[in-house]
Amino acid sequence: MANLLEVQQATKRFGTFTALNNVSIQVPKGSIFGLLGPNGAGKTTLIRIINQITLPDEGNVLLDNEPLQPHHVKDIGYLPEERGLYKSMKVGEQALYLAQLKGLSKTEAKERLKYWFDKFDITHWWDKKIQELSKGMAQKVQFIVTVLHRPKLLIFDEPFSGFDPINANVIKDEILQLQEEGATVIFSTHRMESVEELCDHIALIHKSKKILEGKVTDIKKAYKTNTFEVGLLADNSMQVYAELQDKFKVVPADFKTIDDQLKMKITLDNNLSSNELLQYLSNKGQVMRFNEVIPGVNEIFIKTITDNE
Amino acid sequence: MSNLKLIIKREFIARVRNKTFVVMTFLSPLIMVAMVSLIAWLATLNNDEVRKLAFFDETGLFKNDFKDSDAINYIDYSLLTLNDAKDSVVLKKLDGLLYIPESSTNSGQGLPIQFYSDEAPSISTLNTIESIITTKLTNQNFIEKGLDIEAIENSRAKVEIQLENFSGEKTSKMSSYIKMIFGGAAGYFLMMFIIIYGNMVMRSVIEEKSNRIIEIIISSVKPLQLMMGKILGTSFAGILQFAIWVILGGVLMFIAGIFIDLDVDPNNMQEALKLLEKNQGGIVANATEILFELKKLPLLTLLLSFLIYFIGGYFLYSSIYAAIGAAVDSETDSQQFMLPIILPLMLGIYVGFFSVIENPHGTVATVFSMIPLTSPIVMLMRIPFGVHWWEVLISMLLLIGSIIFITWLAGRIYRVGILMYGKKPTYKELFKWMKY
Repeated sequence: MANLLEVQQATKRFGTFTALNNVSIQVPKGSIFGLLGPNGAGKTTLIRIINQITLPDEGNVLLDNEPLQPHHVKDIGYLPEERGLYKSMKVGEQALYLAQLKGLSKTEAKERLKYWFDKFDITHWWDKKIQELSKGMAQKVQFIVTVLHRPKLLIFDEPFSGFDPINANVIKDEILQLQEEGATVIFSTHRMESVEELCDHIALIHKSKKILEGKVTDIKKAYKTNTFEVGLLADNSMQVYAELQDKFKVVPADFKTIDDQLKMKITLDNNLSSNELLQYLSNKGQVMRFNEVIPGVNEIFIKTITDNE
Repeated sequence: MSNLKLIIKREFIARVRNKTFVVMTFLSPLIMVAMVSLIAWLATLNNDEVRKLAFFDETGLFKNDFKDSDAINYIDYSLLTLNDAKDSVVLKKLDGLLYIPESSTNSGQGLPIQFYSDEAPSISTLNTIESIITTKLTNQNFIEKGLDIEAIENSRAKVEIQLENFSGEKTSKMSSYIKMIFGGAAGYFLMMFIIIYGNMVMRSVIEEKSNRIIEIIISSVKPLQLMMGKILGTSFAGILQFAIWVILGGVLMFIAGIFIDLDVDPNNMQEALKLLEKNQGGIVANATEILFELKKLPLLTLLLSFLIYFIGGYFLYSSIYAAIGAAVDSETDSQQFMLPIILPLMLGIYVGFFSVIENPHGTVATVFSMIPLTSPIVMLMRIPFGVHWWEVLISMLLLIGSIIFITWLAGRIYRVGILMYGKKPTYKELFKWMKY
């Protein structure tokens, strides 16, 4: 799969402080790319470099294999974390203005705005001033403005903050819809459950450096420990548990069941397959549960960060 | 439409639609005219009051010289004793008693002439009385020395020096006054414009920053473009406002003038008309003289240089204002950075009003008309007096150069500042930002 965006060895310094240190990322076309990292890691700086708001001291950014140029702002839609709108300007005028700054003609912008305003059922907001709207309402307008010019690359920085669960879902569905229509999405957030749900690629930035990048499935494969969660119904559970402990790496586990089972996590050596384990277990009793423990993005996040401390 | 045009349009509309802006546009001329009218009215009120003065003249010389006028009525108490006179002045609540002792006949060198009153008399009253007595005593002395007063009056010379430069152009004091007014008005106008609309640029930058819309906008346009759009849009709004002020102010002044005239009672009107007739010759002469002098001024050069210095000066200062707006989070924080703006502006105005008017081509005036931050104001004031073209050229080149340099610097501060939140920057930090 071709990459829509490539950041090559970008470095940015502010005085003596290095905000980004030799960071490279590759965002495949059509993917939803999670840009993760603790506060102050350098995510916003990287995003600003991609948006040509700041220039990197070293390194290149390629969009569609072309070095970034001013005209590329039309290909990018950016919803910053620190976002707002002109308070005393009317919603419609404001949306038109921002759309025109992205290169849409007035009539085109009007048409598309009408579509989106109808879709979100907010047509009656057109002549309202932003100061009359709630924060969540204003965020909806900002979302529309971000996607209106149909950019190839969408960058959302904490897109769900300020939304109630229902509206967060609406926005999430819209993002997925846009991806289906061919847009590539970069997604910066601290909410790991939405990363888990949406992202197919992630990069982890910590202390100005990229410490992890790749397909979510690949990363999970790399981080999985060949551990299985097992629920076993056995007559003499104490004895079975002792036997298992002799043979494998076993720790007790806790999950909800309706009957009294032996609950544990079993980690396999590399020379044993899951089938062999299952066979062994089925000889000892009735296997009620057998599933592989796959690390969540959250765990991977915390593990990599602590490993890199 | 290009982005710059879009930004200019938005800024212009945002300024013009602002309620305070609208109110100020239409209210300011009203307030100004009302104030001027009020002052004029109050002045006439004060002058209407007739002062009643008594005089006690031991010399008996002045009996016929103190004639009642609009401002002062005189009552002769010379027949009473001094004490009685004093008492009755107090009793009758007159405004004062003038005492001219016997021995003051000889050119006032004897006992001093005295004025008794509860409240000190106004300077104009004193001047009137003094001039009456001086004239009388002087004439008296002339007569005593055997001089013919009429001959003296007739032989008084009236001198008015004609100014002419070496290329044969005649000038007069009148022309100097006109030049002063021209230059002064232009300089002052520029300063006001810079302060009012520069501040507006700054506020608009702060607004974008505190609204947090700035990052959305600069992901579409270059910060420098946004800054330029702001400065231009605001200046167009400013020009519109100034134009409305001038037109509305003029109309209102005219209307107010009619009303104030109508207030004058018919007697005074007639007197005023008489006075006007008497002076008409003079006024007409003055008007033609003014017109003549105006024609002699290089109007095209003046207008052109006014435009260049006006635009240049405004750009120079408003980009500094924009940088300050970007550096701070709120208007209150901006105070600490105001000095570099206010100081040169004030300096320009003071140098203009003191040095340029005293000596338009002196060292101080020349130097300050070269320094870019003060040159727009000072040079504007100097130009009506005639400045060598190469001086203007150097000053303009310096101005343009520094506009490019300052706008570039301000742009750098702006670029970094608009994305910085939460801390009050120091000058040191601003300096660091320039290097990011």
